[in-house]
Amino acid sequence: MSESKFVTLPLDDEGAKALHAGDIVRLSGKILVGRDAAHKRIADAINAVGEPPFSIDNEIIYYAGPAPTPPGAVIGPIGPTTSGRMDPYTPLLLSKGLRGMIGKGKRAPEVLAAIREHNAVYFGATGGTAVLLAACVKSAERVAYEDLGPEAVLRLEVKEMPLIVLADCHGGDLYEIGPAEARKVIEQG
Amino acid sequence: MKIYKITAEEIAEKVRELALAANMYLPEDVKSSLAAARAAEKMLQARAVYEEIIKNAELAAEKYMPICQDCGMAVIFAEFGQDLFVEGGGASDALNEGVRRAYADGYLRKSVVSDPLFARKNSGDNTPAVIHWRVVPGHSLKITVAPKGMGSENMSRIFMLKPADGVEGVVNAAVETVRAAGSNPCPPVVIGVGIGGNFETAPLAAKEALLVPCGKRNPVGFYAEMEERILNEANRLGIGPAGIGGSVTALDAHIVARPTHIAGMPVAVNLCCHALRHASGRIEGRPCNE
Repeated sequence: MSESKFVTLPLDDEGAKALHAGDIVRLSGKILVGRDAAHKRIADAINAVGEPPFSIDNEIIYYAGPAPTPPGAVIGPIGPTTSGRMDPYTPLLLSKGLRGMIGKGKRAPEVLAAIREHNAVYFGATGGTAVLLAACVKSAERVAYEDLGPEAVLRLEVKEMPLIVLADCHGGDLYEIGPAEARKVIEQG
Repeated sequence: MKIYKITAEEIAEKVRELALAANMYLPEDVKSSLAAARAAEKMLQARAVYEEIIKNAELAAEKYMPICQDCGMAVIFAEFGQDLFVEGGGASDALNEGVRRAYADGYLRKSVVSDPLFARKNSGDNTPAVIHWRVVPGHSLKITVAPKGMGSENMSRIFMLKPADGVEGVVNAAVETVRAAGSNPCPPVVIGVGIGGNFETAPLAAKEALLVPCGKRNPVGFYAEMEERILNEANRLGIGPAGIGGSVTALDAHIVARPTHIAGMPVAVNLCCHALRHASGRIEGRPCNE
């Protein structure tokens, strides 16, 4: 494994294919933020009218709900929430052009399959590093669902956000590979 | 005998101060454990995760921002000296008032819903706190505020073991809890094990075990050995920081044991994420006029 890969959004098919589970990434560009309630609404809209209420084509969505923004700050602490709760919606969103997700925790087999099928990528941010992640946010604006408060959909511009590729479009899953490799290292002493 | 006085306002202000400190500043023993884990870690990605965790704690203190956006439910342990008299309001109300002030003033996330099943409406001020009162000799009030996020709380478990399950049973319960939790509780975790008492005693003992400083062993030799064993076995799981694989999955394991019934051995395992937050302080009573 090499040192950090500097990745700038948007990602195309080739860009996604160049990423592999275990890659340490510094991500720059524009991303969306949305979690539980926003996912439900986006999925409901797609199921009702066939399209999401705003374009998610080639977008990366960060599963997070920030703490309140203190005066003078761009955004409050914003760490990842557990991705698994978004599993029921993710294959649908990927089929509508979503390029990737940022979160934490294992994904369902259907999600991993959809990541392979659509040349997508699942990035991990480290849980409990909310201030560090907020420091990467250069601007923040609301995109939709203001009534959801901390669960509203945001657009962030991030600079060199520290991430690790958790699952890639080649079938790699760091939650399988990483602990297995670690156990080997531990056994060897 | 003499009666001593403290005011509800003093209690509220002390809780405010402690809740803010706990959310913004990671305790030194946790920071040292994280630094040691980073030094011991052989996996490249895991080392990167440790760098982030350590940098985040530094930034949180520097910017006076909460370490994690999940500022938890505010767990409060209050040891009330029995010679004290509280003036100007209810003591439990004062604890909640302190939480209310801290979560507003510190821009901390409010994560409490008033009804757990139906409305699930946010109470808006992170109250009520989870309060554990204890009456002790003396005339001071000791307060510990320990905000606890739900990620690791959701991965905690209770086992009603049989006495015959013995040491193996307890160690297996603890290690199995860590294994099953995987990446969910934001490892590296601290493992709090409460043994004994009744159905409700063991989880509280497990929570108290999380307040024991990292690196400190149980004063009873048998339990100290078990702590080491649980820690070593958990660290052989390979889960690693953030669950992506690594040689340190748990920073420490602590056991708190309580008397129990001849027919039982409850064991509770309370996991805490690497943001193990707590702060303690004391208010001394002033003698009341005769």
